[in-house]
Amino acid sequence: MPESERQVTAPPGVLRAAWLIARKDLAIEFRTRTAFFSATVFALLGLTIFYFAWDPTTVAAIDLAPGVLWVIFTFSGLLGLQRSFGVEQADRAMDALLAAPVDRESVYLGKALANLLFVGGVQLITIPAVALFYNVPLGDVALPLAGVAALAAVGLVAVGTLFSSMAVNTRLAELLLPMLSLPFFLPVVTAASMTTARLLAGRPMADAWPWLRILLAFDLVFVVACTLLFPFTVEE
Amino acid sequence: MTTSDLGATRSSGTADVPETDGMDWVLASGFLAVAAFYVRAIFFTPIEASQGPAQKILYVHATSAFVALYLAFGLLGLTSALYLWLKDEKLDRVAESAAEVGLAFTSVVLITGPLWAKPVWGAWWDWDARLSLTLFLWFLILGYLVLRGAIEEPGMRARFSAVLGLLSLILVPFIHLSVYLFRTLHPMPIVLKPSQPSMSPEMQWTFFPAFFAMALLFAGLLRARYRMATLRDAVAAMDGAR
Repeated sequence: MPESERQVTAPPGVLRAAWLIARKDLAIEFRTRTAFFSATVFALLGLTIFYFAWDPTTVAAIDLAPGVLWVIFTFSGLLGLQRSFGVEQADRAMDALLAAPVDRESVYLGKALANLLFVGGVQLITIPAVALFYNVPLGDVALPLAGVAALAAVGLVAVGTLFSSMAVNTRLAELLLPMLSLPFFLPVVTAASMTTARLLAGRPMADAWPWLRILLAFDLVFVVACTLLFPFTVEE
Repeated sequence: MTTSDLGATRSSGTADVPETDGMDWVLASGFLAVAAFYVRAIFFTPIEASQGPAQKILYVHATSAFVALYLAFGLLGLTSALYLWLKDEKLDRVAESAAEVGLAFTSVVLITGPLWAKPVWGAWWDWDARLSLTLFLWFLILGYLVLRGAIEEPGMRARFSAVLGLLSLILVPFIHLSVYLFRTLHPMPIVLKPSQPSMSPEMQWTFFPAFFAMALLFAGLLRARYRMATLRDAVAAMDGAR
């Protein structure tokens, strides 16, 4: 162990500990790349299959794109969320994580941060793919769209991370996570799709403001609520 | 074995194992009250002029919705929050019972809704804001019950389901806002709003007592379900102690 690390004696603060946990998860993901690869391929496949599910002569691709985009994100995000606490099952790594001298809230925030970066990575590949496949000009709206994507990702990840920690402990892990999460994703997906649709149609931001407000409130309420409730899901 | 023997074999919450003999009068009076308002609604309440006999579904539909959305769902959220604070297994049993009875009432709302909508709105299903909200509540309660069924360990089951119950209660305003906003931003054909009817006094005399009858039925079913949960836990504790 290098000298500089040995001198650390006090346990890290909440945010520092969260970052350490997020970095650990991202390092695992970066070395294996299994979840990221499958989530991205799933998203790209979903985009192409959705395109062939509609008659392009009756529904314009630009009308289709926002909804498809957000439904696909939601489902591919679930793949990553499933893994979030799934990796801690091996060799009961979760016990070691809980035995570490860090707050339970840090564990949640760390996991959520890693998931957020995961979902952000999937978005970074999928949004340009939508622009390409659905022939949507992103040029002017790229920045606001990135903002909407970030807001939506925060909401999805806040709830999904908490449910992932519950679902892995049940008999129905893979089935239960979507069943618990999707009703909670409804306001996020609706708000994000409606905002995206207005952005792509070139309408003023004020048109999308009521939806953005829902998105912001959702993020605020559920990040706080899930952070406070997480310790109850890992109590021994 | 008497109830006091049972109490000796369990660590907590066993002194109140309910008596199973005799008639459940609360439940019986609930059913009786509902039967009475059915009779009144069918035979002694005038038929609404524009909707015809279909309007009589209101007396079952709106009252079930009131019980499901406010009583059952409210109780589920409240007892979930209190459980996380007090860790009393009785609260967990109330939450479990409220969810199951609530699912039954929500199902009644979702079945009677389309039955009423077909003759009046002209379609079985319409993404009316309130209908959408009820559907999502139904999914939430269903998810809650599936989660309960997927966990063996009682302590973990109680904690997890309490977390989900509380989050669901927090979620309801967001779903409510979303479905209303979705509706207002996408204008749809103006439909007759059966929720704000101007009622004749006879109708009101059927409608308002019907709420009490449904609430009484809810209380009876909730109590019966709670007693069943208590007995089941007592049996499980006896099996564990053996």
